Amino acid sequence: MDASSGLATQPEHPLTPGSGATSDPHHDDHGHDHHELPFWRKYIISTDHKVIGIQYGISGLIFLFFGFSLMMLMRWQLAYPGQELPVIGNMLGHLFGPGSMPDGKMTPEFYNSLGAMHGTIMIFLGIVPIAFAAFGNFVVPLQIGAPDMTYPKINMASYQAFFVGGVVMLISFFVPGGAAKGGWTSYTPLAVISDKGPTYDAFWNGQTLWLVGFIFLITSSLLGAVNFIATIIQLRAKGMTWMRLPFFVWAQFVTAFLLLLAFPPLESAVVMQLMDRVAGTSFFLPSGLVVNGAALHNSGGGSPLLWQHLFWFLGHPEVYVLILPGMGIVAEVIANNTRKPLWGYKSLVFAALVLGFLSFIVWAHHMWLTGMGSVVSAFFQTTTMIISIPSVIILSAFFISLWGGSIRFNTPMLFATAFLPMFGIGGLTGIPLAFNSADLYLHDTYYVIAHFHYIVAPGTIFAVFAGVYFWYPKATGRRMSEFWGKVHFWPSLICMNVIFLPMFLQGMLGMHRRWYDGGQGWNLSGEKVWGLSGFEWNTPISIAAWTMGLAQIPFIINFFWSMKRGEKVDINPWHATTLEWTAPSPPPHGNFTTTPTVYRGPYEYSLPGRENDFTMQTEPLTDSDRKAYEAAAAAGVH
Amino acid sequence: MEIPYTVTARPDTGLWNAKVGIWLFLASEVMLFGGLFSAYVFLRLDAEPGAWPHGLLNVPVGTMNTAILIASSVTVVLAWAALKMRRYRAYWWYMLVTILCGVIFLVVKLAYEWPQKFDHFGAVIKKDKLEKYEKYLGNHHLAEHGLAPRMEISGHLHNKEALNDPNAKEYEIAMDPVNADPTNPAMDRPHFLYVPPTDKIATVEKEDVEYANMFLPKHSAYFASYFTITGLHGAHVLGGVLVFLYMWLPVSKKVYKRNPEHLANRVEVAGLFWHFVDLVWIFVFPLFYLL
Repeated sequence: MDASSGLATQPEHPLTPGSGATSDPHHDDHGHDHHELPFWRKYIISTDHKVIGIQYGISGLIFLFFGFSLMMLMRWQLAYPGQELPVIGNMLGHLFGPGSMPDGKMTPEFYNSLGAMHGTIMIFLGIVPIAFAAFGNFVVPLQIGAPDMTYPKINMASYQAFFVGGVVMLISFFVPGGAAKGGWTSYTPLAVISDKGPTYDAFWNGQTLWLVGFIFLITSSLLGAVNFIATIIQLRAKGMTWMRLPFFVWAQFVTAFLLLLAFPPLESAVVMQLMDRVAGTSFFLPSGLVVNGAALHNSGGGSPLLWQHLFWFLGHPEVYVLILPGMGIVAEVIANNTRKPLWGYKSLVFAALVLGFLSFIVWAHHMWLTGMGSVVSAFFQTTTMIISIPSVIILSAFFISLWGGSIRFNTPMLFATAFLPMFGIGGLTGIPLAFNSADLYLHDTYYVIAHFHYIVAPGTIFAVFAGVYFWYPKATGRRMSEFWGKVHFWPSLICMNVIFLPMFLQGMLGMHRRWYDGGQGWNLSGEKVWGLSGFEWNTPISIAAWTMGLAQIPFIINFFWSMKRGEKVDINPWHATTLEWTAPSPPPHGNFTTTPTVYRGPYEYSLPGRENDFTMQTEPLTDSDRKAYEAAAAAGVH
Repeated sequence: MEIPYTVTARPDTGLWNAKVGIWLFLASEVMLFGGLFSAYVFLRLDAEPGAWPHGLLNVPVGTMNTAILIASSVTVVLAWAALKMRRYRAYWWYMLVTILCGVIFLVVKLAYEWPQKFDHFGAVIKKDKLEKYEKYLGNHHLAEHGLAPRMEISGHLHNKEALNDPNAKEYEIAMDPVNADPTNPAMDRPHFLYVPPTDKIATVEKEDVEYANMFLPKHSAYFASYFTITGLHGAHVLGGVLVFLYMWLPVSKKVYKRNPEHLANRVEVAGLFWHFVDLVWIFVFPLFYLL
């Protein structure tokens, strides 16, 4: 049975002539309805998955740039510690209040705020909303042939909760004492006691607002995750079996499970830290804690380590929440632009599932230095080693997919191919950190910063850009400029590497990740690499970071300019095979003009003996196809 | 545009949408309460001997609340079954009983059990001063029997102003029976029945006290977890009651008239949630009241 038979059992819409009606007029009627909706219902509180996806996407991109701007400020302090920030320094001092940048010079507290909020915003308000929520919302229902998500209203609520959470995080910059400064991990007891000066207000302070904002963000991701999983289980079109799902859908499916099961323990931890700050409990405050030379008046009996366990129980699956959707996007773009099937589809799917499962039992490798004991460390070191296997399977499958393809290097493909070595560097440099003996040396240095940024920044963010350029024609009916796309790509790629490669050096020279003066005041090993000491390397890194900020301008202009002026394209400009390319561009409310039926796998490119080098999933099998399938099955090829 | 499978099951999965959703949601709820319960375990294992309180909650009242919640889980199933048999009247009554059970549970919790705790006081004595208060703590007696020491004198605080007055030198506590008669073997184990404080007064000097407070969340790791978990559980009960109320009000009769199966499905989904809330309580009750 397919979706259309389900439609017939619904209460009939007055405009639908009857249950026997074909789906064409049905959808057209509703598309027509949609156009009559007022602006605020169409774009502000829409329940349409595509609009919600775009809402998430635009908000996420704005937050991404905001979070990056915080880092550009920090890079000034790192390269030129204690010097006045020219031009905008004073203005920022006025904007963020007296404790931030008096006379244009950054205070250590403000630096800590920027660091904590850079991490929080980039991860929870930037990458996750874009890679998971935006692309997932826009693309997944289209790729599985569904008219919308299973729960459109919950979908809307998800975005609204995200929006409130984001606003709370932004407000926290402007309360007395400034935004949260306990790092994006909010380690206790530091985070519990931060800002508790004489003017402490139990609610209006950075750390408490951070926690409140988090409750909204967790709610948002919970609603989203339930919706994604249910949609993929329930609303696949007729013929869309599990092994015909595009890899992107699989990646989102696993990601949704990670969010569903890993976020709630953090929510419980956030509630407990909120109780610690607001109700005076001591969940995370040990007995006998002394702060500024005075004993803290608390009942004690809590455990700082408990926070770390609960935080990293989310924190590690979160890493895969960040990377899996990126891998999904890259898979689609690579298959499309090599014009051949993705190599090892099944191994990719099972690798993603194993990755998802293993990501729940590796969290304590973030905690080698807490003295958990060697038995616990040995366990988590082993699982951490094992989890590299599925990651390598995925990456290898992508590399092999390139082999022998006639690759089209358009902008999405440039970003997708750049993803592969960048993710490779990020992943391989993680192996020393997985060994607790090596990590003792590298822990909390710039080496760690470089390692995970290689995965998230030139990894996931490049995948996100690939996705934006790739699906832009579906969302708007126009293509983004190829020329400006390349102007965006090359400087970004170069800058990314100039920023993060030297950080490995800095880390190995002993530069701590939380020093607010870039290591100037500390006695680093004194060794020079290519004529620059660990501290001096900050300057080229900072210059590259600001250059990369400039390199995003072509993207921003291209993004908006192409909405109205971009080259108009037909519904399948990339000659892709998956279902979203059978819907009109932009797809109307309800997505498809005819309910799609699926006959084939997702990546049937360059089938022999065909006029086109791509065969849509909706194209029925011919006799020769059947014979070819049988022959392949007999030969053991899948 | 209509979403398929909102009421009828998708043939290959055998499920309608909301049922998939509620099970996923419950999975995440398991992780949420799982996080809190593991925090409880973590904190309790970390606690010093004698520092984790026992017998401070009212077991008979807790037992009654447990029974009420289990009864409501039964009535919600009966309500659902009545809808399946298309007996709206019976459904209406069963649902009413379910809602009332939820409300009684909340009232007992929030208007009786919690305030009783807020009115209670405990002072943890500094380790080097325990000997001074031996007559209230009975640690010699406990040590003889191989039991964990007592460090706290609890009861009703007579001079409540002493809590916040820096000039006050001492607390006057109308002691709980356990401190009034500490060497009585009957006091070695927590009471099953709640026994109110006696009128025997202990005078405890403030400077001998490690930490003292009313039985608020900040009193101890025990009460912190108790109030956080029961508070979050109470919020879930309240949510369930509100959803049931919506399904019980006339507005849902319209859904019933249009498609009775639709309302039955809604009740089933809300009922699954209700069972989960019940199940959480089945863990809360022994962990905090009995163990």
